[in-house]
Amino acid sequence: MSLEISYWAVIPEIVLSLAGIVIMLLAPIVEPESRGRLGYLAFIGTVLAGAATAPLWNKSMVAFNGMITVDNYGTFLRLIFILIAALSILLSVHFNRREEINHGEYFALILFATAGMSLMAAGTDLIIIFLGLEILSIATYVLAGFKRSDVKSNESSLKYFLLGSFSTAFLLYGIAFAYGATGSTNLQNIRQALGAATQGTRLLGPQTNTLLLLSLALLIAGFGFKVATVPFHIWTPDVYEGAPTPVTTFMAVGPKAAGFAAFLRLLLTAMPAYHWYWAGILWILAALTMTLGNVVALVQPNLKRMLAYSSIAHAGYILIGMAAGRELNASPILFYILAYTLMSVGAFAVVLTVSGKGDLRVNLDDYAGLGFQQPVLSFALSLCLLSLAGIPLTAGFMGKFYLFTTAVQAGYVGLVIIAALNSVVSVFYYVRPVIYMFMRESTSPAPEISVPVPVIITLIITTIGTLWLGIFPAGFIQLAKESLLALK
Amino acid sequence: MITTSHYLILSTIILTIGIVGVLTRRNVLIVLMSIELIFNAVNINLVAFSKQLQNTIGQVFVVFVITVAAAEAAVGLGIVIALFRNKEKINLDEIDLLKW
Repeated sequence: MSLEISYWAVIPEIVLSLAGIVIMLLAPIVEPESRGRLGYLAFIGTVLAGAATAPLWNKSMVAFNGMITVDNYGTFLRLIFILIAALSILLSVHFNRREEINHGEYFALILFATAGMSLMAAGTDLIIIFLGLEILSIATYVLAGFKRSDVKSNESSLKYFLLGSFSTAFLLYGIAFAYGATGSTNLQNIRQALGAATQGTRLLGPQTNTLLLLSLALLIAGFGFKVATVPFHIWTPDVYEGAPTPVTTFMAVGPKAAGFAAFLRLLLTAMPAYHWYWAGILWILAALTMTLGNVVALVQPNLKRMLAYSSIAHAGYILIGMAAGRELNASPILFYILAYTLMSVGAFAVVLTVSGKGDLRVNLDDYAGLGFQQPVLSFALSLCLLSLAGIPLTAGFMGKFYLFTTAVQAGYVGLVIIAALNSVVSVFYYVRPVIYMFMRESTSPAPEISVPVPVIITLIITTIGTLWLGIFPAGFIQLAKESLLALK
Repeated sequence: MITTSHYLILSTIILTIGIVGVLTRRNVLIVLMSIELIFNAVNINLVAFSKQLQNTIGQVFVVFVITVAAAEAAVGLGIVIALFRNKEKINLDEIDLLKW
């Protein structure tokens, strides 16, 4: 038996980890004042990783005895993760100097977390998915508490850690049951075991069936936590509020997308035989998640917290695609994740710039009259918020349009009606900061806001991306359509 | 004769103790220990299945779980220490700066 070792299959992880290790090695040598520059090194690392991943497009291979699969689905997501990492690093460089958490390890941790996400997208064995998830989680636990002198950051990190490892334990329990019922942790083998069983060649005993249903429930709970679906969302607002803002940005898009990536692959590749059960559960979770996310976001005065609830609501929209996963396959979800990444990072970039040292100015009142003092920042924030709300000509609109129309065609009309109502509700809280910025007088004297160059670059990328996806979506929809999961 | 079911029952008991511990105890360290209990319940399951199915995947998985649990414990204790330095408390009821 050959081991099928193919380093090309894990080239993104190799480049990201190497870049992380180099930064860890350099961090103690570099003088403390210039450690922020390591961020640029990390940025170069992500660019290299992107360059190494791009050639994998349209390649398909199975490596490491079926543990890693390279396909367009994985490659598309890996590139999104690398983009997320690059943008978060750009946002961090000046933020870390401002908040005096200028340590090299920060960037190494972001790179390691990205390597974990990338493994989750490419892993086709529960062991690899679990390892990827843990590499990601452990790195983000530390990142959330990176501002060590700040009690809020400590608390955020502790809550994330406790609830995160609790949910990981459930996930593991689910994996153990799946292994017990099918005799394998490889997604293809699980599928074959279940397929053979349902076709009658080896009847599923009642015990095995119970094991699998338990396993499915535990897996949904475990992944549900990572992507923050109701009722596993309670940690989200607290953790997002307390963590340093660039880390919040990273957490709001990265781990969420990675969770969805691994979860969708697991459900479609390994458990199509149980489609009836998981589609039903995800239907209910989707409805609950978007409704709760949107309704609670309505009453949040703190913008960081509001964006946290908004991220819960968007997880709910993506769950529609998951519930309809067998009919829709992955492309609407992938397009939505890309759109969500751009607009969400853009919104957080403005919030972290306006908040100033110590993250003090994050409430709605602080945004009153900002439109006249900082027209460019306010324009960028408005664009991203309108896109999150799903106003036409933005990425958010195209993402929702594509997702909802395909879901209706697949017969999920009820769910889409709930989602459409939710979108209407969400317009209210997304437009409110825009009204504050452009239609209210500032109550306090204009604060000094400096916009560092990396943040400007991030804003340019995100705003142009948001508009581009909204106005010329065809190219990216085509890419997403080519990124289907193999169903056989 | 001890069968797989016995191991599964043992594992379920440990899982229950762990969950009750996480949900009811207020001391962070005890919560941490309860989470470790759940991880070990998983390990018992995996090894029992591995024995029954006569393949080694389960045992390999256990090694990974143990390693990851150790890494998590290290990070978790680090976080607790960071919090304790700022607050001198590790009681979950008093960690309430951010509303739950």
